Amino acid sequence: MQSETLAALNTLAGGLFLLCAFGIVATRQVKGCLQLFVAQSVLLAASAFLLGARFDSWHLIAVGVVNLIAKPVVIPWILRRTLHEEIYTRREIDQAVNIPTSLLAALALVILSYFLTLPLLEAVDPASRLGNVPIGFAGLFLGALTLAVRREAVPLLIGVLAMENGVFFAGIALSRELPFIVELAIASDGLILVFVVGVLTRAIHKHVGSTDVGALAALKEESGP
Amino acid sequence: MMLFAIVALPLLAAGLCWSTREPRVAVAATLVSSLLVLALAVRVAFSVLADNAVVAIENAVAADALSALMLLLIAAVATTAAFFSWGYMQRMSHDPGRIWFYYLNLNLFIFSMLAIPVLVEPTLVWIFVELTTLCSAMLVGYENTRAALEAAWKYVTLSLMGAAIALLGFLVLFSAMRAAGGETYTWEGLVSAAPRMPPALIQTAFVLVLVGFGTKVGLVPLHTWLPDAHSQAPSPVCAILSGVETTVILYVILRMLPVLNAVPGLETQLWAVSFGLVSVGTAAFLLIQVRDYKRMFAYSTVEHMGIILMAAGLGSAAAHYGALYQVLTHTLAKSFCFYAAGAALLATGSREISAVRGLIRRSPAAGASLLLGGLAIAGAPPFAVFLSEFSIFRAGLAEERYAAVGLLVLFIAIGFFAVLWHVNRMVFGRASAAVQAFRLPASCSGVLVVAAALVVVSGLYLPEPLHDLLQRAAASMTR
Repeated sequence: MQSETLAALNTLAGGLFLLCAFGIVATRQVKGCLQLFVAQSVLLAASAFLLGARFDSWHLIAVGVVNLIAKPVVIPWILRRTLHEEIYTRREIDQAVNIPTSLLAALALVILSYFLTLPLLEAVDPASRLGNVPIGFAGLFLGALTLAVRREAVPLLIGVLAMENGVFFAGIALSRELPFIVELAIASDGLILVFVVGVLTRAIHKHVGSTDVGALAALKEESGP
Repeated sequence: MMLFAIVALPLLAAGLCWSTREPRVAVAATLVSSLLVLALAVRVAFSVLADNAVVAIENAVAADALSALMLLLIAAVATTAAFFSWGYMQRMSHDPGRIWFYYLNLNLFIFSMLAIPVLVEPTLVWIFVELTTLCSAMLVGYENTRAALEAAWKYVTLSLMGAAIALLGFLVLFSAMRAAGGETYTWEGLVSAAPRMPPALIQTAFVLVLVGFGTKVGLVPLHTWLPDAHSQAPSPVCAILSGVETTVILYVILRMLPVLNAVPGLETQLWAVSFGLVSVGTAAFLLIQVRDYKRMFAYSTVEHMGIILMAAGLGSAAAHYGALYQVLTHTLAKSFCFYAAGAALLATGSREISAVRGLIRRSPAAGASLLLGGLAIAGAPPFAVFLSEFSIFRAGLAEERYAAVGLLVLFIAIGFFAVLWHVNRMVFGRASAAVQAFRLPASCSGVLVVAAALVVVSGLYLPEPLHDLLQRAAASMTR
């Protein structure tokens, strides 16, 4: 394929990636949230493949393959193994901030990330001057916003994972020559992360009786027993 | 070889805990491995003093003076924590069948911390920082109470959020190094490439790492999880979390300072000094109104992390020496404080400051330790924390940073009175009920004696090799 076509497809993948990040902020169903995360990870892998083809980099293609196996396949499998089915089918009734407000905040964060990355794009070498960088920063910020507005355990975990997806989305443009072993280790770290948070969620479900972790707010200074 | 053994021993102990699931084997494996690691850490420190660095794999696994100092501190606290856990967990654990699980996680946690100073590749270091969070999550939530699980959840989500931000920082740092034509992504390689790096990239990278890992260090305003996690975990784990884990993560931030100092025209020193002072100030005022004595020591950790970061930001060799001396004295004093708090919890069964009165009559060992620990951590004169804080004041005055030093003195004074006021009420206050005597488990009293001896001796006498190590580590931060 020609370089322009690849670049256009990469931009498309970036746009859809951002759309998924918006969806993760605003979807009420836990299951829907997970599906959006899977879609986002596939788009991340697609972008890695497209950039790999454009720059003839086997390394980026390998990163894409690792992402394609670890995130859309293994992570949902680990979650299914560690968590009870009931947690999946939950719906969040009240979020900490209502959906229109959080979407407006998300929009502001995207504009902010384009603004913040302008000086960076001028400084990096020309081959890294891609739309991936601002979109990756935006993915990071939207993941953090998800952590701020959601109350259920699984969507909060997906917020953390979406932050990492954002980091990788910028990373495949910024640090193409990072040793592959490091990428592999970071990916396996992500799997341990899902396992540990999954086990913790199960413990909370068992001992507290709910996975509405937003309701866990006993530890603070003002009120004590 | 030594470096591999240091990292492998706790992993081996964890494997034994996992495969046998027998409490006695788990305790023995943890004790033996932590003692061996301590011996090896001392050997590494002497090798570093003899020929400057221990290299296991070029550009991947190596230790210099700063790493050797961190290894020593981790190994020392891991050893005392292992001995304290022995008696403490027997008394406190409601479910003896799960004790192996505690030791499994403890060993994995120690393993992940020991790997951080011996790795020199920033992204590999990041992986192990993430692992420290994941391995300690189950320790924080070990007691499975509502409060412990809440603390574990807050700890994990905020730390992971911070880690993701820091990872982006390290990737930006990598691109900055490539833009400067650097080839090896190590702390050394970064310093040598730094003068040619684009300032926009390096500044963004530093802010991302400072905010990201600052969350895990407990720097204000991202400190909110810290008093929860550091108070709900079992006391020996608190000693590790507060005493060394926070400093090990701070060490990663300190590793970036020489890189930044080599880039002309950056305001990073201002960032470090102001972030540090805000943490010290906020923690000093929060110390006044605590109700829970373990939370009190946790806030004191926030205060000390701020002091260290501020001292590192002052920039001169004397200030770096002060910062690292503070790392050493804080680790010794804070781990002792949490052992004393654990003993007080064993003796009284309550974490509330208002519920503990006349502790010195109920358990003289716990009461005396708490008093000694409170004096040491607040920075009363004969103790080492006073000396390290004083060396920071002196370095700051030599740099003519009068405003920063003035504020630091003020905040430390507020913190001093707050800690001693609470400790005084707990130790000497009039008990409401009749006091019965209480005996601590032998291993706990043993650890209290050893830790107290370390705290007292370090204030009077700093061994020559340790002084050398501190000075070399400070020099490596200054160039």
